[in-house]
Amino acid sequence: MEKRFTISVFTEDMIGLLNRVTIIFTRRHINIESITASESEVKGMHRYTIVVTETEEKVKKVVGQLEKQVDIVKAFYHSDDELIFQEIALFKVPTEVLAAGGKAESIVRSHHARVLSVEREFTVIEKTGHQEETAQLFEELSPYGILEFVRSGRVAITKPMKEFKDYLEEVELASTHQ
Amino acid sequence: MNTTTLSKKPVETITLTGAEAVVKCLLAEDVDLIFGYPGGAIMPVYDAMYDYQEELKHILCRHEQGAVHAAQGYARVSGKTGVCIATSGPGATNLITGIADAQIDSTPVVCITGQVASPLLGTDAFQETDVVGISMPVTKWNVQVTKAEDIPAAIAKAFYVAKSGRPGPVLVDITKDAQFETFEFSYEKCTSVRSYIPKPQVDEEKVKEAAQLINAAKRPYVLFGQGVLIGNAEEEFKAFIEKGGIPSAWTILGLSALPTEHPLNVGMLGMHGNYGPNLLTNECDVLIAVGMRFDDRVTGDLSRYAKQAKVVHLEIDPAEIDKNVKTDVAVLGDCKTSLELLTKYIDKKEHSEWLHRFYECDQEEFKRLTQNDARSNDPHPTMTDVMRMVSDKAKGEAILVTDVGQHQMIAQRYFNFNQSRSNVTSGGLGTMGFCLPAAFGAKMGAPDREVIAVVGDGGFQMTIQELGTLFQTQARVKILLLNNQFLGMVRQWQQLFFDKRYSQTEMVNPDFQTIAKGYHIETEKVTTPEALSDAVDRMLKHDGSYLLEVLVEKEDNVFPMVPTGASVSEVKLGVDD
Repeated sequence: MEKRFTISVFTEDMIGLLNRVTIIFTRRHINIESITASESEVKGMHRYTIVVTETEEKVKKVVGQLEKQVDIVKAFYHSDDELIFQEIALFKVPTEVLAAGGKAESIVRSHHARVLSVEREFTVIEKTGHQEETAQLFEELSPYGILEFVRSGRVAITKPMKEFKDYLEEVELASTHQ
Repeated sequence: MNTTTLSKKPVETITLTGAEAVVKCLLAEDVDLIFGYPGGAIMPVYDAMYDYQEELKHILCRHEQGAVHAAQGYARVSGKTGVCIATSGPGATNLITGIADAQIDSTPVVCITGQVASPLLGTDAFQETDVVGISMPVTKWNVQVTKAEDIPAAIAKAFYVAKSGRPGPVLVDITKDAQFETFEFSYEKCTSVRSYIPKPQVDEEKVKEAAQLINAAKRPYVLFGQGVLIGNAEEEFKAFIEKGGIPSAWTILGLSALPTEHPLNVGMLGMHGNYGPNLLTNECDVLIAVGMRFDDRVTGDLSRYAKQAKVVHLEIDPAEIDKNVKTDVAVLGDCKTSLELLTKYIDKKEHSEWLHRFYECDQEEFKRLTQNDARSNDPHPTMTDVMRMVSDKAKGEAILVTDVGQHQMIAQRYFNFNQSRSNVTSGGLGTMGFCLPAAFGAKMGAPDREVIAVVGDGGFQMTIQELGTLFQTQARVKILLLNNQFLGMVRQWQQLFFDKRYSQTEMVNPDFQTIAKGYHIETEKVTTPEALSDAVDRMLKHDGSYLLEVLVEKEDNVFPMVPTGASVSEVKLGVDD
């Protein structure tokens, strides 16, 4: 059964590694729904957060192939219930709509979104939450005219307590015991 | 960021160009032979090599694909890392087939490519191609170097990654300006990469679990692959199967790890493997896979593959566990270690009745195949006749290198071996054109051994230009050309599955005798079974390269056969099965 999984990949910081990561998905005809790359809590280690909808069996094999890559330290996969995750969405709407008071402003407030920037012609609204929540805000703001919309990929923190630096130590130790 | 550990030796530096540093790095890795082809973006390295011709021999192949296949052949017989070098653009892209072949057949190869100068990267410069991007899916690791000072660490890591753990090809792409630049050179070998575990530690508890299954088995069955050869575990493997009295069948990459005549060697697995090894896969009760990856050509239909058996998998690559066949016990690690432990924990046993089943199947196979041959009216020798005769005369001592197709399957099945690392074939990728350059490389890797290249008329013409390399180097390679004037394997499939519609498989061939003569290679053509024996003797006796062309039966088929999508227990022994 296909399900949404979040794959976290911890890698060295190197040119071309992102390509090495994504071709593993491409080759198996798996669509990457979102991908986010950033530094991790360990200096020099990068972290990719990749969201896919697939069977667990296929995801497990992909994670195996990812970990096999020389410059990838560790890869994990989690289902949504094992994660705390967020996405950030930005909306550009005409300033006059909000300035007029009334409905549009209360929509923003009721969604716990916030106004990031107010220009003469447009206003930028930020909403952090799950995809379903940003989609709902989009729906409700649509009648007032959305000039531009963008949503980030998912960032996720895992619930299990083992820290990445402990995994890194294990891998590093194993890498020298040959 | 320092992520790789280099060996700690007192470090002296000298000022060198990047190009000369490449040569020094190769020498520091004990490389004394490389295969390649020069061109614009790699010229500084070729210029540097000019001063090191004594220490570092370079062999000029006739095409970059030839260079990389030669490096593969060299690596497979010698156990060392093969090295090839090419220029940017077409030089680099011509390597790709060989790199992909080395990746899927786990062969340690280091490829060095020149690249346009770094300011030109991404400008569609002359002979610029993104070879790092192109080769990424088919390399174990690759990197682009744009500064001379980064060359030593890149090459050190390349050699470490290529050879360690499950081996594979790596590529180091070096821009031309980095080759010209001077820097303070020093070299330290790479001894570890912090993100990379080449050999997982063997878990003794898992070994005990595996031993329990094996000890309880009535009909245990071993499948072995190239892992036994790569791990130099031939002795450990033999001790294991002998103590357990376990019939053992090989994948074509595992062939020659166990002498052909060993009583427990029951033959070849897979689509054109032997009858018993396929059929009895679905009768064993414990299946023990050693250093093999359950390729689809070995398993046939997975949903009907060894479902009755408990599966034990000894494997160095964690990504292979449960990839195709679900295991009951997986023993990760180097099989040299795990086999030795496993032998300790298993009981000494014999399974004579079970082993006898394999012998019975052999008799059945022999009977049926002989009947098939008798039905033919074609007066030419069959590929089987030829391979049996060559094998008898080579007495198990020669290195066999094959191309891809019918002749390959027959050669694998009928050529006998009593030495390890003696079979070189393109298994996973099935690369036609592999044979001739790989055979040349094999000869370079084992100069004292007889190398017999068995090739069809299709594959021969894919890399026929490497006859030039044989001539220039005066290498001693025996080429056995099995000419059926067809792309035989495709023709067989057309006969069996495409209603005999022989689309584009008949070949109108050139006169191979004249071609060989053009390269000053001794040559001979045989068309009758009677002339074969003396001709093979002349080929083997000749001190130099030799082409023996045998006009073989035109529309011969390879059986046994497990058709695509069929189960291993549906193995066919003839057209009418």
